[in-house]
Amino acid sequence: MSVKTVNTTQRHYGLLFHAGEQELLEPGHVACQGCGATLAMRLALKALGPRTAVVVPACCWTVIDGPFPQHALRVPLFHTAFETAAIAATGIRAALSIRGEEDVTVMAWAGDGGTYDIGLQALSGAAERNEDVLYVVYDNEAYMNTGIQRSGATPVGAWTTTTPDGARRHVLKKDIVGILAAHRVPYVATVSPAFPEDFVRKFKKARDIRGFRFIQVLSPCPPGWKFPSEKTVSLARLAVETLVFPLVEMEDGRRVTVNYRPARPRPVEDYLQAQGRFRNLPEALREEIRRQILERFEDLLEAHRKTHGTDENIPTTLR
Amino acid sequence: MSIPKISDVAGTWKVLTGNHTVSHAVKLARVDVISAYPITPQTHIVELLSEMVASGELPARFITVESEHSAMAACIGAAVGGVRTFTATSAQGLALMHELLHWAAGARLPIVMVNVNRAMAPPWSIWTDQNDSLSQRDTGWMQVYAESNQEVLDLLLMAYRVAETVLLPVMVVLDAFVLSHTAEPVYLYDQEVVDAFLPSLDYPYKLDFTDPRSVGNLADPSLYFEFKVRQEQAMQRARQVWKEVGEAFGTHFGRSYEPVEAYRVEDADTVFVIAGATATTVRVAVDHLRERGERVGLLKLRLFRPFPFEAVRDALRGASRVVVLDRNISFGHHGIFFQEVKSALYGMQPAPDMFGAVIGLGGRDVTVDTVLEVYDKLSAWDPTDPTPHFVGARFREDGA
Ligand SMILES: Cc1ncc(C[n+]2csc(CCOP(=O)(O)OP(=O)(O)O)c2C)c(N)n1
Ligand code: SF4
Ligand SMILES: [Mg+2]
Repeated sequence: MSVKTVNTTQRHYGLLFHAGEQELLEPGHVACQGCGATLAMRLALKALGPRTAVVVPACCWTVIDGPFPQHALRVPLFHTAFETAAIAATGIRAALSIRGEEDVTVMAWAGDGGTYDIGLQALSGAAERNEDVLYVVYDNEAYMNTGIQRSGATPVGAWTTTTPDGARRHVLKKDIVGILAAHRVPYVATVSPAFPEDFVRKFKKARDIRGFRFIQVLSPCPPGWKFPSEKTVSLARLAVETLVFPLVEMEDGRRVTVNYRPARPRPVEDYLQAQGRFRNLPEALREEIRRQILERFEDLLEAHRKTHGTDENIPTTLR
Repeated sequence: MSIPKISDVAGTWKVLTGNHTVSHAVKLARVDVISAYPITPQTHIVELLSEMVASGELPARFITVESEHSAMAACIGAAVGGVRTFTATSAQGLALMHELLHWAAGARLPIVMVNVNRAMAPPWSIWTDQNDSLSQRDTGWMQVYAESNQEVLDLLLMAYRVAETVLLPVMVVLDAFVLSHTAEPVYLYDQEVVDAFLPSLDYPYKLDFTDPRSVGNLADPSLYFEFKVRQEQAMQRARQVWKEVGEAFGTHFGRSYEPVEAYRVEDADTVFVIAGATATTVRVAVDHLRERGERVGLLKLRLFRPFPFEAVRDALRGASRVVVLDRNISFGHHGIFFQEVKSALYGMQPAPDMFGAVIGLGGRDVTVDTVLEVYDKLSAWDPTDPTPHFVGARFREDGA
């Protein structure tokens, strides 16, 4: 009698892309339903593999991993103080190198608060010294762990508990990838959990580069952004399709690649409409946001042309 | 086992400042990861270490961070990774580390640091007093205070052994300038001798990829308390371990260390208590007073956390007056060592009268005369006085 062997290709017949069998995030985590940051971790670890050490500062992920003695990840995780993700990761990296464990990827995994705000100093220091760590910001655009307060990543006009009448800003949020690229680190990228193939490719690429690597993941947060929890992936996709969150790579702070240019971008309004946090956005501001988003995308295209000589090579489809 | 004479221990005499003594101690301890940020009066420590690392003389990684806060976080990361770590700081830098000091102790990491005692600003001061280290009293770090540069070296070597035995961090404290910038003869042991005393680190909870764990995650009210009980139990154990390691040090290097050091206390009526380099001055003052026929002694506190209750009580039993000299102040109370010693003697029969003098803040010179002045004022002081006595300070003429 012959045993029927199922190979991965057959088993996932019909799938265009498979991120990998290995689950390094157990289902027993305690995130909210539809948490983009949790989906992001699952994909990231699939790409990086089991030889990964994770450093988490104060943020939702402090809780998501589970209370003591539980642990949802199948890789070691060190919890560190809010503002220290980049430097605690640096210390771990130093120790592992001394122990001869050079192949391990040390990943700092921080929220936007721990990155744009309180952790920026240590982040800048580690980037400037080109420490050999992968720093990931899962950006849910506010302090969610403490109950939705504004951060330096909160977009113009968004409601939070500390901006009850909408974030009082008139320009797009802090350009964190621009700030990191300005440190001339080897690799900076943006990824979205709605584009898993691009996501996994960039994490694998980052894993195989030495020096400081920075990845920003836009991570929709149902309670914080006020949308139904089954819409996480479609909202993450919408952010990219509306050009609100362009997918890019920046190498050595100079070479810019735009990874996706939707043939027909969706209206920004669709993205804003889909979230309760933008409910009270005045009309004039909506128009201004739209203008600035297009302007930002134009700047990225220009940087892409400068790097590649053309923007014709930017894919108009992406997974 | 017979105790060797110092001259029998392989090593060489060097003339070293306290700061450079620290750097040599770090090298002898075979530290793997150093991370530090410059601040006067600590800078020479990191400068010499940088040179040692750059030349390959010390095969360690030096992480040149952007702040003391990050220096401690780097040590924390490296310690979790299972290697031996070191940092050094002073005053503002130590205060900036505060959150991370709790982190290091709570995570049970055997980090060793040096704090060069310097007064806290404002107004700016770079000179010695103890308010910086004592402000970190309750962070869960062990603290030891050095009197001489030799003691700096020896305490650092012992610190690693104790820290790695009980899994708690240690702060070795030395005085700004008085030790940090003052050159003294220091006997530097040969590497092999130190290696035989200080085995390489085997941190039991280092990150492990075969048994991946989460370190430091949320502990709800049904669990947190036990973590803290364990932490305190480690401190309790450390009290005995310091004693043992101090004795083992003697067996090994010919010079043993007790948690406290008593001088001429046997028949003393009045005993001074002090920590740090000023102890030398007080020792001389004790000799002067003895020449005057006064029955005076000195108790030097070396170990401050864990507090050596037994040793302090034993040394002060029989004294009728205890005078604690503090180069620090807890505003609204008294000097901090005064409070500590007073509470340690509670219930002792017969109980001595307790006096506290705050001296030498911000590096104000403390001379033998300062100590004699304290002694001569004692009979006029009321031990129940709720306000601290400042000696060596000027007051406005209107008394304000
Ligand atoms: C020094 C310090 N300040 C404040 C806090 C409280 N705190 C914990 S998590 C958090 C917000 C984290 O926001 P972010 O980094 O965006 O992560 P998220 O919660 O959104 O996942 C705050 C303010 C803290 N833990 N430490
Ligand atoms: S609040 Fe948002 S980021 Fe935090 S766990 Fe819930 S969905 Fe995830
Ligand atoms: Mg956030």
